[in-house]
Amino acid sequence: MYTQALDTAEAQSKPADTAAAARFQARIDAEQRIEPQDFMPEAYRRTLIRQISQHAHSEIVGMLPEGNWITRAPSLRRKAALLAKVQDEGGHGLYLYAAAETLGVARETLVDQLLAGAAKYSSIFNYPTLTWADIGAIGWLVDGAAIMNQIPLCRCSYGPYARAMIRICKEESFHQRQGFEIMLTLCRGTAAQKAMAQDALDRWWWPVLMMFGPPDAQSRHSQHSARWKIKRFSNDELRQKFLDATVPQAQFLGLTLPDPALAFDPETGHWRAGPIDWAEFEAVLAGNGPCNRERLEARRRAHDEGGWVREAARAHAEKRRAAKARAA
Amino acid sequence: MSGICEQAVGGKVGSALTLAETPLLSHVLARADDALILGHRLSEWTGHAPLLEEELALANLALDLIGQARLLYEYAGAIEGAGHGEGDFAYFRDPPQFHNLLLVEQPNGDFAMTMLRHFLYAAFADPYWRAMVVAGDATLAAIAAKAEKEMAYHLRHAAGWVIRLGDGTEESHRRLAVALDTLWPFTGEMFLADAGEAALSDAGTVIDPAALRPRWEATIARVFAEANLTRPGGEWAPSGGRAGRHSEHLGHLLATMQHLARSHPGVRW
Ligand SMILES: [Fe+2]
Ligand SMILES: [Fe+2]
Repeated sequence: MYTQALDTAEAQSKPADTAAAARFQARIDAEQRIEPQDFMPEAYRRTLIRQISQHAHSEIVGMLPEGNWITRAPSLRRKAALLAKVQDEGGHGLYLYAAAETLGVARETLVDQLLAGAAKYSSIFNYPTLTWADIGAIGWLVDGAAIMNQIPLCRCSYGPYARAMIRICKEESFHQRQGFEIMLTLCRGTAAQKAMAQDALDRWWWPVLMMFGPPDAQSRHSQHSARWKIKRFSNDELRQKFLDATVPQAQFLGLTLPDPALAFDPETGHWRAGPIDWAEFEAVLAGNGPCNRERLEARRRAHDEGGWVREAARAHAEKRRAAKARAA
Repeated sequence: MSGICEQAVGGKVGSALTLAETPLLSHVLARADDALILGHRLSEWTGHAPLLEEELALANLALDLIGQARLLYEYAGAIEGAGHGEGDFAYFRDPPQFHNLLLVEQPNGDFAMTMLRHFLYAAFADPYWRAMVVAGDATLAAIAAKAEKEMAYHLRHAAGWVIRLGDGTEESHRRLAVALDTLWPFTGEMFLADAGEAALSDAGTVIDPAALRPRWEATIARVFAEANLTRPGGEWAPSGGRAGRHSEHLGHLLATMQHLARSHPGVRW
C-alpha cells in the first residue's frame, strides 16, 4: 500500500567519482530516467533499494489488517471487493520487489531482512482493524495518504520504480474511492453503523497523519532524495495536501475529526491540524505499536510454514529439468 | 435427532430465512453453496500463503468461486420469487439450510490439504459446468459458460500443485498422502443426486452428476500417476451435505462469515 518517509540514514555519496557523478546528476536535472543498466552512484542505488523494499514490505504486511475482515465482510459484494483489494496490494508488493531486483538485490534477501526485523514497513499497519468500518477508513485514509505520497513517485528518476508507481497509483485511487464509499454507506445507514464509522475515524486519523513521516524540521535525510528526484515533496508538504483534501471529505460524511485544534486558515487557504504525538510514532517505529509483534509473527509463520512447499516446488522443477536433460 | 434436522431444513430457525424449496431451487442453492463455501475457505489463506505468487493465485480462485456463487444466488432469488437476494441466502440461512458438499467445508489444513481439496472438487466442477452449458436450463447454461472456463483454470492450477507436491520431496509427498486419506471419503458425495435432482436430470434441466464419474476418475488417474499417489479404496463415504446434514466445521465457518450481517439485519453495507 504505501511507502513512508522512514528516512533511515541515507548513505553518503563518495566525492571521488566526480565525472560520472556529474553526468549522472546532469541527467537527473534534465528529468531523464535512470535505467538499471545505467551508471548510478552507490548511494543512489542503496537509497532506492531501501525505499523500494520498505514500500514492498508495507504492501505485504498491509495485507494482514485488511485480510482480517475478508471472512467477516457483511455482504458478498464487499467480500469480493475486499479480497480483490488485498490481492491488489499483494500484486503491488510483487511489482515492487521486482523493481528492487533490477538494482541487484534478490527478493529473498529483502524478505529475510523483513522477517529478521531489520527492515522497516509503514507504521500504519501496526494498528488493529477492530470493526468493519476500519476497512472503509483504511481505504479512504490510508490508501488516500498513499496516493498523495506516490503520485509524485510516478515521476521518480529511477525508471522501474516510476513505472511500477504508475500502475500502482491507478489501483490505489480505486481503493480510496471504494473505502470512501464504504464510509458513506455506513454514515447514511443506522445510528450503529454511523457510530462504527466515527469510531474508526477516531482511531485511524492520527496514525494516518503520521504516515507522512516526521516533520521536516526533524527529517535530516531528504536532501539527497530531493536532489536525485526520488522525493519531490517534503513530509510536511504531503501531509498538508492530504489534510486539505481530506477534511472536506470528512465533513461531507458528517463525521468529526478527532482534533479539537483543527482550523481553517483563511489567509493561506489551508487546514491546520493540532500537534501530532510524535512519541507515539517513534514508539510504533521502534516496534512498540499495538500490532508490531503480531504482524511480524504472522509473516514469519507464513514463511516458515510455506518452506516445505517452496522446497517441493524447487525439487520438482529440478527433477523435471534432469529428466528433460536425460531425454535430450 | 434426524427429525430436528429435517424440520430445520427449509424451516425458520431464529433469524434465518424461511424458504419453500423446490427441486430446482435446492439444486441452484447447492451449487451456489459449494462455490461460496469453497471460495470462503480459500479466502482464509489471505496473507498467509506459502509464497507471494500463490497468494495472488489463491485470491483469484476464491474470487471466481464467490462470483459464481453470486450469480447462482441471484438466480435462486428469481426462482423463489420472494424478493430474496444473495445477501439473504449467504448470510441469513443456518447451517442445516446449506446444501454444499461436505468436501468443500473441510478445513484448509496445510497447503497440501487445500490444494488436494481443490483438485478433487475442480476435477468434478470442470466437466460439470461444461456439461451444463448445453443443459436445458437457459440461465444455468449462461452461468455455466463462465464457470466452465474458470474451473478449467482451477483444475490446471490445482493439478499442477498436486503433481509438484506429490513428486517434490519426501515431506511434501507425505503431507499430500495424509491429505488424500482425509479427503478421499468425501468425494463420493459429488456424484449423488436426490430424488428431486433425479427428476430434474430426467427432464433434461440439469445433468446427472453420476454420469461425470468416469471422466473424473480419468482425471484423478492421470494426475495421481504423475504425483506418485495411489487412489485409495475404502468403504466409508459420508454424505448428507446436500440435505443440510453437515460436519461440525460448517457451523464455525458460518458463525464467522455471518456474524456481522446477522447482528445488523436489514441494513445496507
Ligand atoms: Fe498498494
Ligand atoms: Fe491500496
